[in-house]
Amino acid sequence: MLTAHDLTLARGGRTVLDRISFDLNAGEITAILGPNGAGKSTLLAALAGLIVPETGRAALAGEPLGAIAPTTRARRIGYLPQAGEVAWNLSVRALAGLGRLPGRGSSSAAEDAAAIGQALAAMDLTAFADRPVHSLSGGERGRALLARVLATGAEWVLADEPLAALDLAHQLSLTAHFRALARQGRGVVLVLHDLALAMNHADRVLVLGKGCLIANGPPAEVLTPAVIARGWGVNTEWLGNPGERALVVRGG
Amino acid sequence: MMSRLNLWLVLALIITVPLSLLAGRVWLDPLHPAILGALPILLELRLPRAALALIVGAGLGASGAAMQGYLRNPLADPGLFGIAPGAALGAVCSFWFGYSAQPFLLPIFALIGAGSAMALLALIAGREASVALFTLAGMMIASLAGALTSLAISLAPNPFALSEIVTWLMGALTDRAWSDVGIAAATVLPGLVLLRIAAPALDALTLGEAAARSLGVNPARLQVLIVLGVGACVGGGVAVAGIIGFVGLIVPHLLRRFTDHRPSALIVPSALAGALLLLLADCLCRLLPLAGGELRLGIALSLLGAPFFLALLLKMRREIG
Repeated sequence: MLTAHDLTLARGGRTVLDRISFDLNAGEITAILGPNGAGKSTLLAALAGLIVPETGRAALAGEPLGAIAPTTRARRIGYLPQAGEVAWNLSVRALAGLGRLPGRGSSSAAEDAAAIGQALAAMDLTAFADRPVHSLSGGERGRALLARVLATGAEWVLADEPLAALDLAHQLSLTAHFRALARQGRGVVLVLHDLALAMNHADRVLVLGKGCLIANGPPAEVLTPAVIARGWGVNTEWLGNPGERALVVRGG
Repeated sequence: MMSRLNLWLVLALIITVPLSLLAGRVWLDPLHPAILGALPILLELRLPRAALALIVGAGLGASGAAMQGYLRNPLADPGLFGIAPGAALGAVCSFWFGYSAQPFLLPIFALIGAGSAMALLALIAGREASVALFTLAGMMIASLAGALTSLAISLAPNPFALSEIVTWLMGALTDRAWSDVGIAAATVLPGLVLLRIAAPALDALTLGEAAARSLGVNPARLQVLIVLGVGACVGGGVAVAGIIGFVGLIVPHLLRRFTDHRPSALIVPSALAGALLLLLADCLCRLLPLAGGELRLGIALSLLGAPFFLALLLKMRREIG
């Protein structure tokens, strides 16, 4: 279980996260939602242990993240930042291999190769293993970056807007891969902008507004027009059936 | 286990080093009996010179590879980005402390100068900045160090030291002794070890700083390793050979295509190829007929490196635009 307890964080004199508490379960897809500047990315980085909160704490299975050694934490929590930058033109296999860095020295070359092979297979990238990363499409690149997290063997996968730059087909394909990870028992936490994606595919949503948690629960229950109006200041209505909802904006 | 690339480079060095000892104004024939009479030339002139070329070249090549990995910028080079000019500034400052203390102080000041320049660059690199910003920051440090060096020279207390400093700054390996080899080895070799230790963290940095930290990389530790490693490699090299630019730019760039593009896979090959490049360039300088002496090594590499840099820029522009 990944938990936040009374998490509070200020940057440059401004409160970015304000006394946030929740429990996240493994085996679920959690979507962090909110308008721009609500503190979504900061919250995700705090859950990954990259930012230390002023008060309160983030904890993994009851253990505060700050008390876990960085390489141990790295093996348990995988984190994909927003930009998805890959500075050098590595092969897909070498990129996934970066996920073995935290366990360096404690695993054999054969174990590393096996873990990398499994990660590539899970992301349907086996045929791409020797392709240079810079030649991949956006969707393939997203999967390659995820393969890096899987190669670590992390039980939690935290990704900051992994679907943002993708077209519809690639969004759905990557979402299906996230679902497969959750089904294997991993915890998946995604920062998303697309409310309909969250509504249809997440098991739980956290809605942030100005650094405060304004909703937390299954999307069908908490992602109501009232919450959306409060968070985004837009009047909306859900259409369609559960699992294939669409959001429409109402004028006035 | 040694990679195939390293094996080829070592093989090339095994062939080149003995040949370089025979080449020069006086060609030596290893089969001729007179070779025994030439032993002093070999042992006191050419051997230390070759050793220096190898050590200084290895330091510059590895520093270039490490800086490129750390800054995520294929244009990074200790000379271009102000590290070698920083070392030169430090070295020139040592002339202020009198002639007697100077031989002992010069390498230390060069190390401090190189380390400070790298620390300044890393300070800017600590934030997530663009390739363009780093390049500009490096150029700024280089020109600042150059200007301060000129100032220090123009205010030099001893005018006799002046011409000596100026020629030394141009970079050369002529008339060096075994004591210089000792200084270079004592600084560059530990520097290489530090850069090798930093290498895996450089790989993680491929994914950006946040992802690297999520992989367990400690950015402060990495920065210390890079500052000390590059500082020792470049500072030690400048202390004995003056400013020799472009080795750190050319070598990693030529080798990258033969690796899997991980920054860590480039450190050792760049050290080997840097050694090879400097040895060959120095032989060439020795052999080129030039009125009034020989071509300075630093000048030769700049003549070689500047067009290379331009070609690299044009290639990057094509890839971006």
